[in-house]
Amino acid sequence: MYAIRRWSVRHARKLEWLYQRFEGVLLFLHPIWLWLGYDRIEKPIRATEQFVKETMFDCKMCGSCVLSQTGMACPMNCPKELRNGPCGGVRAHGYCEVKPDMRCVWVEAWEGSQRMRGSEKIQLVQPPVAQQHRGRSSWLREIRRKRDERFFSSAGSSGG
Amino acid sequence: MDKTSQDLSRLPPVLEGHSSGGRLERVLRAGHFAVTAEIAPPDSADAEEVYQRAAVFDGYVDAINATDGSGANCHMSSVGVCSLLTRRGYAMVMQVSCRDKNRIAIQGDVLGASAMGVANILCLTGDGVQAGDQPDAKPVFDLDCMSLLQMVSSMRDNRQFLSGRKLTSPPQVFLGAAANPFGPPLDYRPLRLQKKIEAGAQFVQTQYCFDLDLLQAYMERVRDLGLTERCYILIGVGPMPSAKTAAWIRDNVPGVHIPDAIIRRLLGAKDQREEGVRICVEMIQAVKEMNGVHGVHVMAYRQEERVPEIISASGVLGGRKPWYPGMKTDHI
Repeated sequence: MYAIRRWSVRHARKLEWLYQRFEGVLLFLHPIWLWLGYDRIEKPIRATEQFVKETMFDCKMCGSCVLSQTGMACPMNCPKELRNGPCGGVRAHGYCEVKPDMRCVWVEAWEGSQRMRGSEKIQLVQPPVAQQHRGRSSWLREIRRKRDERFFSSAGSSGG
Repeated sequence: MDKTSQDLSRLPPVLEGHSSGGRLERVLRAGHFAVTAEIAPPDSADAEEVYQRAAVFDGYVDAINATDGSGANCHMSSVGVCSLLTRRGYAMVMQVSCRDKNRIAIQGDVLGASAMGVANILCLTGDGVQAGDQPDAKPVFDLDCMSLLQMVSSMRDNRQFLSGRKLTSPPQVFLGAAANPFGPPLDYRPLRLQKKIEAGAQFVQTQYCFDLDLLQAYMERVRDLGLTERCYILIGVGPMPSAKTAAWIRDNVPGVHIPDAIIRRLLGAKDQREEGVRICVEMIQAVKEMNGVHGVHVMAYRQEERVPEIISASGVLGGRKPWYPGMKTDHI
């Protein structure tokens, strides 16, 4: 919902903190997920993720979540699905070129990012969406990635 | 294809430290004030129309931008226009928009364009389909301008497709992007330019500039970030034919910012069309004086024939004569 989505951007800092704690718990429980099987838990986790994120961010389940890097404004709500910043068509006062009644997702993202600890992450160049991940859980993909990263102790960052 | 046309589309060798063999890059790296102009692609399948529209600029521009369905209106494709004009030796800036093609189509076009002698590619997100004459079309937007820049620069520098599959010969192109210093969020715009440079932009062409104060503020921040050392900045300019058109563009074309003062000045003029040309000339002269501005990009929609006199009147070329077909010497 539009109003809740804008509330989330206003509280980007708190949500960033909350997600980091939540991700910590998910990571901590990795042995359990492994024992249950990631494929088996995909369905219930995905349903939960979808419910929470649709309510709070009008999430589109792109499967490659970048909320932590976009000020808690979901870039998939941009009619052009831009993942790297605002287009040149933003109207005066910050409204969308395509949907004149909607605030530009990236004007929101810029404001939200300035409230967050990781405010500089908005400058990371995002790759195009991997279409085969659409509709799948970003949470699970992210913790598996982080788990692998720790295991092989290499660098990188993303997530939300 | 006859022999002469083959020779003209073959680019000169890539100089040390350059990305392309094209004239635009050579002009900019040599420290000249560059002039580019936008060609209006015809609603026609006639090559002659394209040649005529390009000949208008002969001797006044360093490169010609071929638009890719600008304003989401359908015209001859930028690939088509570039294919014709590179045969005559013109330096082309091929615009690529993400609205109509996915990554597979775009990578193929980049290879084809480079093979045809296109030395410059301008990476754009593109206007939304609602802006054009076919709002029922499916918007693609598989990539955005940023991931497009990164993809093409990787094709050039890492010699590979996005998938990692190797290219036997990479596209040697000078990469450009668009910038809008006048659209919200204003304080993010310089950082957005920085991000585009990180993604691979080597030159930018801006949206129409009618507000020198806003541009000054933008350029100050851009200079502070050190971006003018890493990227060539060409400011977009163009003549407005009348106050009415200017007001219509301000209200209906996404991203164009025209201050009331400009519209009032046009309204008060005896001959609005001439006043529009005068404003454009003054704008070019003003931006040339700005630190870190490397050229202008003239968008004279439906007034392309006025471009030579605008450039002449502005005096920005000095004594320099950009190459055009039929010119004897091959220097820049």
